[in-house]
Amino acid sequence: MRPNRAAETNLRGAAPLFAALGDQTRLALVARLSAGGPHSIARLTVGSAITRQAITKHLHVLSAAGLVRHTRRGREQLWQLEPGRLETAHKFLAEISRQWDTRLTRLRNLVENS
Amino acid sequence: MSTDRIEKKILLRVPRSRVWRALTDSAEFGHWFGVRFEGPFQPGTPISGIMVPTAVDAEAAKSQKPFEGKPFEFVIDRIEPERLFSFKWHPFGVEEGIDYSAEPMTLIEFVLEERGAETMLTITESGFEQIPLYRRARAFQANEGGWTGVLRRIAKHLGHAS
Repeated sequence: MRPNRAAETNLRGAAPLFAALGDQTRLALVARLSAGGPHSIARLTVGSAITRQAITKHLHVLSAAGLVRHTRRGREQLWQLEPGRLETAHKFLAEISRQWDTRLTRLRNLVENS
Repeated sequence: MSTDRIEKKILLRVPRSRVWRALTDSAEFGHWFGVRFEGPFQPGTPISGIMVPTAVDAEAAKSQKPFEGKPFEFVIDRIEPERLFSFKWHPFGVEEGIDYSAEPMTLIEFVLEERGAETMLTITESGFEQIPLYRRARAFQANEGGWTGVLRRIAKHLGHAS
């Protein structure tokens, strides 16, 4: 059987991702941002035993792995998860499409069976 | 592939007038969709409702249950008898504590065509590219458990591995 090149390339590409996630603090940061972002560094530091500088360093590691990104609001830097743009757009439409399928099935049930 | 719109077609084995009523009578619409509106649909007019589990499908009703009682708003666009019904809304505009009023809406259009005694219904929803990407991301994150779900699975796996 021929090795699956695409899968190999994907795996190699994923190594920095897993390295970035292979740290409790960074995992916690990702979890926090996924639960409700974007957040400022100040807000991410609240309730954490880790310094602001350390948090910033971790965020940059996550950013280098393409997991998070920051934007500016005034003088404040806001961090958020980085969704793959196209992947996000397509998955969103797939979800919307699925919802309409189920709604239209219900419409059909209503008009054809009553 | 467009990332701005979707289109669906469904052939319904009933006359056009029946489909028209199911779409434009707000009580009937709410019945299959899973919303209770406060009044009738009027062109160019916003109308509020609350989400209720649909009475048509028990399984769907179950998945709608967590959203029961959430407020919901449509802005009715056009009502052209037995031909076109359209409205605007905030797709997935159901998250707590978020003011959607400043965000763009998508446009939903129902077009009806007679096919003998049956009706071809075409629905399009468009304008997704105007919706902030992170908002779009939330839509399916909610279903997949998002990153939190991934992390929980990773944590579980690591727990078992050690």
